[in-house]
Amino acid sequence: MAVIAFYLIAAVVLVSALSVIMARNPVHSVLWLILAFFSSAGLLVLIGAEFLAMLLVVVYVGAVAVLFLFVVMMLDVDFVELKRGTLRYWPFAVLVGIIFAAEIVLASVIGTADMETNFDASPGAETNAEAIGQVMYTQYLLLFQMAGIILLVAMVGAIVLTLRHRPETKRQNIAKQTSRRRSDAYELKDPTPGQGI
Amino acid sequence: MSNYVESLGQLWGPLLVLGQIALFTLVLLLSIAFLLLLDRKVWAGVMMRKGPNVVGPFGLMQSFADFGKFLLKEIVIPAGANKTVFLIAPILTCTLAFAAWAAIPVAPGTASGTSWVISNLNVGVLYLFAISSLGVYGIIMGGWASNSKYPFLGALRSAAQMVSYEVSIGFVIVTVILLVGSMNLTDIVNAQEGGIWTWHAFSFQHFPLILVMFPMFIIFFVSALAETNRPPFDLPEAESELVAGYQVEYGSTPYLLFMLGEYLNIVLMCALMTILFLGGWHGPFALGEEFVRDHPFVNAFAGLFWFMFKILFLFIMFAMVKAIVPRYRYDQLMRLGWKIFLPTSLVAVLIVSGYVVYLGVQS
Repeated sequence: MAVIAFYLIAAVVLVSALSVIMARNPVHSVLWLILAFFSSAGLLVLIGAEFLAMLLVVVYVGAVAVLFLFVVMMLDVDFVELKRGTLRYWPFAVLVGIIFAAEIVLASVIGTADMETNFDASPGAETNAEAIGQVMYTQYLLLFQMAGIILLVAMVGAIVLTLRHRPETKRQNIAKQTSRRRSDAYELKDPTPGQGI
Repeated sequence: MSNYVESLGQLWGPLLVLGQIALFTLVLLLSIAFLLLLDRKVWAGVMMRKGPNVVGPFGLMQSFADFGKFLLKEIVIPAGANKTVFLIAPILTCTLAFAAWAAIPVAPGTASGTSWVISNLNVGVLYLFAISSLGVYGIIMGGWASNSKYPFLGALRSAAQMVSYEVSIGFVIVTVILLVGSMNLTDIVNAQEGGIWTWHAFSFQHFPLILVMFPMFIIFFVSALAETNRPPFDLPEAESELVAGYQVEYGSTPYLLFMLGEYLNIVLMCALMTILFLGGWHGPFALGEEFVRDHPFVNAFAGLFWFMFKILFLFIMFAMVKAIVPRYRYDQLMRLGWKIFLPTSLVAVLIVSGYVVYLGVQS
């Protein structure tokens, strides 16, 4: 049962990953990418790492891919025009492909000898989430904090680059609005006829 | 022969799950039909109208008449539309809305610590969070594939809106997970056993925390309104600005699927609020251990009743909000999400984690 599920999901991952680069329409590419992410989450569930799987879906599919899709839809780029010159680069593409394939073959030939095929997804803990937490907040605490700081710097950098103060825009001050009383807004006058105010 | 029996035994498990799925689907579809009518009746009641009252007694058959009408209409696909994506979008919305229900525990099981649920996931809360974060794709795909301006604007608005409010929903869920110490939905419900004061919305057993958890419940409720594109946050389909937003080009069965998905998501959010904050299937007063042990089935059905009652209560709240509150402007929506809910829920996570660590509710 698990083997059938594995081959089914793995096939979907491969086909959708291939379609990401084969699709002519960039929006279709992103949609295929989303399918690839989602199916990879399925593979993680199969090895028992359900926490990682859900995080993959929440972070990559739920947030990152939405932004991809957003940008690709908004940009009005003629991708056919962009792709016209790409055939010139085929020798580089072949070279990179050969190196990549060679690395994978080497890794799988040399690596499988000491690679465990049947490992425990939650060693020393009841659930996958606990196992990850126990390692991440003890052994790898510094790396974890460093990753957080790098992300914070990136975020602050992005805000600094894009923030503009435009004095002419009208802003709404909600506190000011709600603290407005009737007496601030208008005043009753009783004009005498023929005299005005 | 024994081989045959063995394989039949192996078949039993998947068949049982299939039966449960069929039962859930049927019950959900039927309840959606009547909840839709309830929504319209509440809305009409607030406006001092009668609401649908022609088809069947009190208009009870209205949803079924609508259903027949949607099915019999012709499916119109706009000429410039991206056909495949255009049709996948509503199917995706509806499928995801159904899929999320696989992890919802609806009643206590006969053995302690178990529950009536299709799949008792260890990461149940995260699963629901993940599935609901996928809901945005149905809307973006539908809006983009329609190849028309209003749907596209609606889709862009909704993408930004749903991604923003997911952040605060995530933090609110974290506070509950911290208190319980588990992401399993059944565990979360069982942590609130023992009457109305132990529900997470009130949290009297963690006394000072009521000041934190009740506002969290409110934030979750408002964020759920935004997440399901309900008024006052229905900007993706704001009819006075965008006609009907991402749904403009849809009619017939695809539209029906969109609407079904939307209502399923609303009920799902009500169920999630019930589980996280209102004690799930536990009634407002404890039944007593002896009674539960002697009458497991009475306990189960009482649980089912309370669960449905709470969902119905929250659904009526959703319907009332729709009738009473005017629509937010887009910048107000973003301000509420990012400048008020996000900092508040972040502070709440800090307070609750400090409480859990230093006052030691968990071992």
